[in-house]
Amino acid sequence: MSVDSIRVSQKEPQVSTDMLQRMYELMWMMRQLDRRAVALQRQGRLGTYAPLEGQEAAQIGSALALRVQDFVFPSYREHAVAYVHGMPLKRILLYWNGRYDGAMPPEGVNLFPVSVPIATQIPHAAGAALAAKLRGLDQIAVTYFGDGATSEGDFHEAMNFAAVMELPLVFFCQNNGYAISLPSRKQTKVQRIAEKATAYGMEGVTVDGNDVIAVYLAMREAVAKAASGGGPTLIEAVTYRMGSHTTADDASRYRDASEVEMWKARDPILRAENALRERGAFSEEWVTQVRKHAEEIVTEAILDMQSEPPVTLDQLFDHVYRDMPKELAIQKQEALSRQAKGESVRG
Amino acid sequence: MANTTLIGAITDALRIALQQDERVIILGEDVGKNGGVFRATEGLQEEFGETRVMDTPLAEAAIIGASIGLAVNGMIPIAEIQFLAFAYPAYEQLVSHVSRIRMRSQGRFSAPMVVRAPYGGGIRAPELHCDSPEVIFAHVPGLKVVVPATPYDAKGLLLAAIADPDPVLFFEPMRIYRSFREEVPEGYYTVPIGKARVVQEGTDCTVFAWGAMVPVALQGADLARKQHGISVEVIDLRSLSPLDRDAIRDSVMKTGRAVVLHEAPRHAGFGAEIVATINDLALDALMAPVMRVTGYDTPYPLFALEDAYMPDAARVAEGIVQAMNYEIGARL
Ligand SMILES: Cc1ncc(C[n+]2csc(CCOP(=O)(O)OP(=O)(O)O)c2C)c(N)n1
Ligand SMILES: [Mg+2]
Repeated sequence: MSVDSIRVSQKEPQVSTDMLQRMYELMWMMRQLDRRAVALQRQGRLGTYAPLEGQEAAQIGSALALRVQDFVFPSYREHAVAYVHGMPLKRILLYWNGRYDGAMPPEGVNLFPVSVPIATQIPHAAGAALAAKLRGLDQIAVTYFGDGATSEGDFHEAMNFAAVMELPLVFFCQNNGYAISLPSRKQTKVQRIAEKATAYGMEGVTVDGNDVIAVYLAMREAVAKAASGGGPTLIEAVTYRMGSHTTADDASRYRDASEVEMWKARDPILRAENALRERGAFSEEWVTQVRKHAEEIVTEAILDMQSEPPVTLDQLFDHVYRDMPKELAIQKQEALSRQAKGESVRG
Repeated sequence: MANTTLIGAITDALRIALQQDERVIILGEDVGKNGGVFRATEGLQEEFGETRVMDTPLAEAAIIGASIGLAVNGMIPIAEIQFLAFAYPAYEQLVSHVSRIRMRSQGRFSAPMVVRAPYGGGIRAPELHCDSPEVIFAHVPGLKVVVPATPYDAKGLLLAAIADPDPVLFFEPMRIYRSFREEVPEGYYTVPIGKARVVQEGTDCTVFAWGAMVPVALQGADLARKQHGISVEVIDLRSLSPLDRDAIRDSVMKTGRAVVLHEAPRHAGFGAEIVATINDLALDALMAPVMRVTGYDTPYPLFALEDAYMPDAARVAEGIVQAMNYEIGARL
């Protein structure tokens, strides 16, 4: 497989203009949220944060192709996937502000919490897909991971497991060029990560990850295939991490500004804008409205996050087990009285 | 002498080891151009080249598994695991192979290597980056587990670990990577593995700690002295495996009371091993039960609650005072 075989969107429109406008709107909004989150971290008002800038099309295009019932197993950078699949922005921010209420999706949202240890979420998706199959549900599982994750055993074990069992599952790899400082070419000897599917007897597809329509179509096809008993697919979305790995990282240590500039020209939002213009669906009036609306939603989410009551010790103790063991209950009491004492000293 | 931080002392030790012995190589994630996520290997790839300081694919089982092959075939690997909680994919290699190859081959093969990993809480790091799972490694026969608490010890213990004939896990308390500086000798020296250090002498009660809890132990001792006039001895264990049982005995024989301090959960924590050691060797001197000041028996929380989780000086002082106030027979 060569780079030429990367799928891009077709000339004739396969998604409606309404859908394309929705894609644009979501991408714009998530980029604003992302930039605000980075700024908040700089001001000490958010913890270490993993920015997604540059990967909006890969995330939003793929998430829009899912059905509500599908079960998503993300890594830590999929804020846009989480949002599209039903996670409120406020909770996404709470997680990055050091709180486990930010890892809890609303009732009925099939979204597993962020997985920090690389590739560990991939086998979970295989299990969820197996459950869907065993229970005869009209549901598939999707797991998101990076290029770096494909070097871990968990990735290979889950790929083989899913292929052998013909599971309703989509493996969605965002190849954003880097695993922290390690470029993809030093991570793997194959040109395209999608080639790895071959070894497991699975279909592998590479898609231009900055082309939101192409991503959407590739994902829609893989979802339909999985849902109709056609088995798993590995999708590689070729994209680029515009920012540093996290707010604790400095990407200028290991990559050239010229490379970043090159990818700026392939900006996914700009490309969606161009596609909309071609269809005559990008008026100043419309975009002003869209941006204003996005701004409002993002600002509200941040204010909501900031006005959340302070976290209590319940969050630490109450859900370790369903029924709290006696010893833990004693420890919780100790912690509460220490906290009360500390507060009376301060107050 | 150079005035340096704990992490600066580690870089210094790594540089000396690379200079001294051609067989020494460093491997791990982001250790090359990036110099490690904490910059422990800063500048080393530039100085020694890509064959001595190697970025590996993102694969911990392979990093540690390959280190065994490197070691049995004539190299001296120093593997970096980015954060200790990411060593779990390699746990099988550590438990099933690294620790046993000498015994299984009756001495024909051995796997001298060093595995470095930052660990511990207190810096508002993301989920799982803050765990303190040293006890699950200390439980494995055949592994040595070392934790420095000062720049001087970091350099000397790391050089000793690299020279050690057996595998050494070298756990770095990231909370104190840069929290203070100290004069550290230039050039090569070692600090013996398996010897505790008396940080501060005292007569009423001993506090045992390691890593980032050593400064907390000192602060707690200070509080207990100021508020209650208690004379506290503080011991930095420095090595959990092997454990300096003599130092534990000697101190408790003198003070008659003890507090063990660690960040990790209490249940089956390493503190229990210290309590058992006191039971074995110093029971006759004990005037109070040994107090445990530890993390709670919960997963390490996200950072909004980490201050409530982490033992602090007040909790250490509380433990010391409890030991002092204990009346023999009170629980009868
Ligand atoms: C098991 C494990 N090892 C190491 C790390 C540290 N780490 C966090 S992110 C990362 C790179 C991941 O790269 P990739 O899979 O490409 O995802 P990306 O960050 O680019 O989205 C590493 C090494 C980790 N979180 N888990
Ligand atoms: Mg990546």
